[in-house]
Amino acid sequence: MSVLEVRNLSIDYVREDGAALRAVEEVGFTLEKGRSLGLVGESGCGKTTAILGILRLLPAQGRIVSGEVLYKGTDLFSLSEGEMRKYRWKHISIVFQGSMNALNPVRQVGRQIADAIQLHEPANDSGQVEARVHHLLDLVGITPQRSGHYPHQYSGGMRQRAMIAMALACSPDILIADEPTTALDVMIQAQILDLLQKLQKELALSIIMVTHDLGVVAEMCDDVLVMYGGRTAEYASVDTIFNDAQHPYTRRLLQAFPDVANPSSKLASIPGYPPPLDALPRGCRFEPRCHRKRAICAEQIPALEAIRPGHYVACPFREDNDGA
Amino acid sequence: MQQLGEIGRAFLRRPTGIIGLIMLLVVVFVAVSAPWLAPYDPQEKVDVDPGDLLAPPDSQYLLGRDDAGKDVLSQLIYGARVSLTVGFVAAFMSIVIGTTVGLIAGYRGGRIDNLSMRIVDFLLVIPELPLMLVLISMWGRGLWKIILVIGLLGWTITARLVRSQVLSIKERHYIVRARAIGASHYRIATQHVFPQVMPIVLAQAVLAVSGAIITESTLSFLGLGDPTLVSWGMMLNFAFERAISRRAWWFLLPPGFAIVWVSVGLILIGRTLEEIVNPSLKTHHLFDPRQMMARFVGIAPKEPAPEVSKRVETERAG
Repeated sequence: MSVLEVRNLSIDYVREDGAALRAVEEVGFTLEKGRSLGLVGESGCGKTTAILGILRLLPAQGRIVSGEVLYKGTDLFSLSEGEMRKYRWKHISIVFQGSMNALNPVRQVGRQIADAIQLHEPANDSGQVEARVHHLLDLVGITPQRSGHYPHQYSGGMRQRAMIAMALACSPDILIADEPTTALDVMIQAQILDLLQKLQKELALSIIMVTHDLGVVAEMCDDVLVMYGGRTAEYASVDTIFNDAQHPYTRRLLQAFPDVANPSSKLASIPGYPPPLDALPRGCRFEPRCHRKRAICAEQIPALEAIRPGHYVACPFREDNDGA
Repeated sequence: MQQLGEIGRAFLRRPTGIIGLIMLLVVVFVAVSAPWLAPYDPQEKVDVDPGDLLAPPDSQYLLGRDDAGKDVLSQLIYGARVSLTVGFVAAFMSIVIGTTVGLIAGYRGGRIDNLSMRIVDFLLVIPELPLMLVLISMWGRGLWKIILVIGLLGWTITARLVRSQVLSIKERHYIVRARAIGASHYRIATQHVFPQVMPIVLAQAVLAVSGAIITESTLSFLGLGDPTLVSWGMMLNFAFERAISRRAWWFLLPPGFAIVWVSVGLILIGRTLEEIVNPSLKTHHLFDPRQMMARFVGIAPKEPAPEVSKRVETERAG
């Protein structure tokens, strides 16, 4: 059963002069219970915007232009702000990018976790809440005695784990992890990923993992959605992406990642940068940097096609098919 | 709150703060115990012979007598009550209004921000004193009217200060996180944003009290004070009109000194608080002179400066 279905999501940022910049365009995916989806792409290609849009937490300049987000059949975009508030954290929680800064520096960590619980389950008495907080901290490997400490007394990895504990406070179905391991050292990264995997099994969580680290994706995810310039480039299972990627961008992305089997091979970088939002190419977003481009690529936005069940590619000139 | 305790401790380490606090406490004590301290009732009608009018200080009337033969010292003591009442109530009003406006304007942004900041600009541009004079001469004189006028016109700077702080705080990461948790805007504003601006509001509040006291004195001096109460400004007014020509310095100087005393006390407190809480006025912890000395001379300070030792502990814990 799918817990979350996103259809046709488009998001604009409205500039001060009134111009609307399309940051996310026609992105869609399905998240099954207990599975995890990786949202991959370079910086600035709309990953974070897409998930903030799903939670309706876009900054003031952000506008959801179109789309549906169905959480167990309920369209989150049709809810009032007050109803939406009840869904946040209770059903869908999020571990933010750089979430070591997501803790209020002048409140005790335990208090902040308790806040989340009390907001959604005001009926609990303070003893119960405290027990829950201690249990949650224990779950992520922090001694409960430290719940009375302030964030600056925690190390970076501990803060990240405390944020994960906070994200699990209301037993959500879906956990969105936005670059959960960026800015952490490798050991802590491994700890956090292990922790997420363990929790996913124990709690039957569905996880959306936003990252630009393909290693994390390979380890954690069941499905992968590759974004480029706000659009879906390729969407398939993790095996397909790693073994049978069809979109030139996905290929290039994989080549830019070191290969354990052949460590001496040179890494290929993709020349150029993702397109700026105020100068998106008219045709395929990847066309200016693509090594397989044709004349038509600059004219027409390629449609997302299912080349076989569960494997979607937005490129007519795929790696295994030189097109008609 | 941990924050308040920290501010309190930092405050008590600074001599300027302690001096200011003592100066203020003296005045508060005098105001509270006025009925016991004052040797005479300042309102009492007295039958005097002409020789007693503006009589110089003597052992019975320590600060002499005014132009109606009443004791100046008793008036001075009772005047403290008026000054402090006006100061604290008006400052409280203006701080509440200013903080609320600043918080809403900064947090909501957009049209509300624009509108309220244009009102602030408008009020800041109009010279305050003439506006107050006009308002009071229209409404009539009275203690509460003075408090209301000062309170309603004095909130603008607080509002700007709070707004600018809120603008930076609301972009911080944990505010979005609080939203993701499902917290309402009201909750975020009161639980996450307000505690961060509160220290600055506190410092501003103390300065606002001294501002209000001086404004009240000014208004009373100009003859717009409450006619039924003795206040320092009123005493100055009477002294200026009737005593100067007779060289009765004992009527003129005491209220002047009293106003200076309480304002200096409050400003010392306010500035000290501001120094503690306003990040831009704070110097880096490495510039703590005792630590610097230790670095060069090689002798550790007897008692390490608390801020520094705390930071070191933090790093160890982290």
